[in-house]
Amino acid sequence: MRRVVAVLALAIAAGGAWGQKTIRIAPQSNLAVLDPHFTTATVTRTHGYMVYDTLFGTDANSRVQPQMVDKWAVTGDRRTWTFTLREGLEFHDGQPVTSEDVIASLERWSKKDSLGQRLAAAAERWEAVDARTFRLVLREPFGMVLEALGKPGANVPFILPKRIAATSADKQIEDPTGSGPYIFKRDEWKPGSLVVYAKNPKYRPRAEPPSGTAGGKRVFVDRVEWQILRDAQTQVNALVAGEIDLVEQPAHEHYPALRRNPDIVVHDNKAGAQVVLRFNHLHPPFNDARIRRAALVALSPEPFLKAQYVSPDLYRVCASLYACGTPYETRGGMEGLLRGDIRRARALLKEAGYDGTPVVILQPTDLATIAKLPTVAAQQLRQAGFKVDLQSMDWNALLSRRAKKDPPSKGGWSIFMTTLNGLDVANPVVSLPMNASCDKAWPGWPCDPVLEKLRLDFLHAATEQDRKKVAEAAQRRALEIGTHAALGEYFQPVATRKNITGLLDAPVYVYWNLDKK
Amino acid sequence: MLPFIARRLAATIPVLAIVAVLVFLLLRLTPGDPAAILAGDAANVEQIAKIRAGLGLDRSIPVQFAIWLGQMLSGDLGESFYFKMKVTDLIGQRIEPTLALAAVTIVIAVLVAVPLGVLAAWRFGGWLDRALMGFSVLGFSVPVFVLAYILIWVVSLKLGWLPVQGYRRIADGFLPFLRHLILPSITLSVIYIALIARVTRAAVLDTLGEDYIRTARAKGLSESRVLVRHALANAAVPIATVIGLGIALLIGGVVVTESVYAIPGLGRLTVDAVLARDFPTIQGVILLFSFTYVLVNLLVDLSYVFFDPRIRY
Repeated sequence: MRRVVAVLALAIAAGGAWGQKTIRIAPQSNLAVLDPHFTTATVTRTHGYMVYDTLFGTDANSRVQPQMVDKWAVTGDRRTWTFTLREGLEFHDGQPVTSEDVIASLERWSKKDSLGQRLAAAAERWEAVDARTFRLVLREPFGMVLEALGKPGANVPFILPKRIAATSADKQIEDPTGSGPYIFKRDEWKPGSLVVYAKNPKYRPRAEPPSGTAGGKRVFVDRVEWQILRDAQTQVNALVAGEIDLVEQPAHEHYPALRRNPDIVVHDNKAGAQVVLRFNHLHPPFNDARIRRAALVALSPEPFLKAQYVSPDLYRVCASLYACGTPYETRGGMEGLLRGDIRRARALLKEAGYDGTPVVILQPTDLATIAKLPTVAAQQLRQAGFKVDLQSMDWNALLSRRAKKDPPSKGGWSIFMTTLNGLDVANPVVSLPMNASCDKAWPGWPCDPVLEKLRLDFLHAATEQDRKKVAEAAQRRALEIGTHAALGEYFQPVATRKNITGLLDAPVYVYWNLDKK
Repeated sequence: MLPFIARRLAATIPVLAIVAVLVFLLLRLTPGDPAAILAGDAANVEQIAKIRAGLGLDRSIPVQFAIWLGQMLSGDLGESFYFKMKVTDLIGQRIEPTLALAAVTIVIAVLVAVPLGVLAAWRFGGWLDRALMGFSVLGFSVPVFVLAYILIWVVSLKLGWLPVQGYRRIADGFLPFLRHLILPSITLSVIYIALIARVTRAAVLDTLGEDYIRTARAKGLSESRVLVRHALANAAVPIATVIGLGIALLIGGVVVTESVYAIPGLGRLTVDAVLARDFPTIQGVILLFSFTYVLVNLLVDLSYVFFDPRIRY
């Protein structure tokens, strides 16, 4: 008997994780940067949602809801906003969350985020009224205060302790202390291999049911482990063998087999990612709006989506620069564009005096979700009469190359393609490719004061109806000058073992509410 | 022998210096900007430039080289751009799985390949010899990742005998450690078995024609004794050489095997670092690989003394 007790005691001592409920996830990429204000990388944003909390969240119906905030009020002139934090909010180090922490975090975030920069420009000051109450005083009314503070897409305004938020926005923070539902286990972190989060026992979820990034963030498991599996086939094999519980982004070719497997559930995600073709506005041939328009006339979305995403239930076409199915989706300005009208495109090219300058298209061969798209672009543009130089490289080389402003003949580029989360193209202000602020714009650098004025008007629009009007006008202008082409959306379902429940249908990856039966 | 070892060790210094300079320059000349990768998809040029300055990449290449050289001479391989950890710590974290995988692979390869090679030479022209030659061609031809997927499908998914992926430290128990290493080691050892078996066969064939073999047989020694004590012992030098040279093959194979089986070793670290243009980590890992290669060659040279008493240094 004594021996049995001794063995049991040993076993308990050796296996600290005995009896713990752990969910093992294969995230879409490796977590390298821990600072969600520093980078817009998806995996860092997901890490942010594990560890940090936000003042507001956005629910599944795209409505902003309070999260850390208990109540708020705005004056009649809409220039002074007063917020009060919920009681009992605490960081992982045991310190209470205070107004000072919130202000320092928002100031740091606003140095990086485009919407945050707009908010900061409109703000006269942030001030702490007491430990739980703070105030935003604006120079002029700003129509998207709550949308900015509840922004679900990167950069998310996560709240950090003041001592950490004091770090320059251009320097990565290394201390992952937050006040979110999980605690980052730095001692168990093996960069490039394993990331471990433990349940935050002191987290106080809201009473409302979870919805999107809003509502009660309840945690039903003890640990969440991210296993970094680089190989798409290995991810699926590990899921099928039950070695992991969830694959965030299975490769598209694996969906048919996963759907047939009785032990696996494929969760269709309603939020799509937009396929974007970006022109370089600085150099010929696309420094001429007429030639950009000719390309828009030549392009046809369906072949892109079919070639890349194969199954029609994994993509959709909607003729809008804004995300499909969102409040600002509109066909305004799309007349005659993106219909693959080769004859008209040829005529427009001739009219614009295209001189045969090669179009350098960058093709990321290692990124399975977009690798085929540039080939289709090359083919469609060639048919229209463009001379095309398709250059292959890995995605990270592409990121570096597209940041170069040199002419295409000297190491620059003419077109690159990517996909953007629907959140990042939800309206003209957050839309990266619609930013036309010249040097400060997203690579491609469109420069158009008219479009910039419309984006500003959107922020100041008083009613939702006004916003819709401005959003449509902005889209018309963006298409008139040919900022970019939006070629429809694709869906990225998540695959889990069938014993995993509670996965939320959110436009970002969030892992509270999950349970393992 | 000690002066020989000292001379060889001293010779590693210029080798490593040349490797260091070449790697440093090649990394700076190849396309890819670590700052753009760290900044993420939505960053603008201004944000990328700030990150580049923070990493010290806005300085001239000679200045960057001088800083790196200074760090190297003080035993510091620098800090990873991507993982924000000291490169020495990163390598320390990753070295155990790679060493374990390499060791088990070599053990399997030698235990299988040497007897097969000897038997094939003994039965020269017979079915075993022809089968071994066929297997060798197959072993050289089938890509490591294809073999890995086939083994995973059969052994892990269909039979459920071994895990699909992952690694367990030896400190967490020998059985889990071994269970996680069997498939990757078999995968990696196939090409190695093909190589060693062919060389063993050729070397033993050479020795089987020697006069001392005929003498041994004439003395009435058993065939096994003739093969092991006389033929194999005299064929050991080329076999030891090919095992040593195969370390380079192993380094390449480790990169693929660790990726497919999700083993957190130096191979995967290399892939991650190359994809992220993590210059300090790539430099550190390549220096380590170069040093290992030089060291293994030295050990192989020293082993000649053991196998062939006529060799003196």
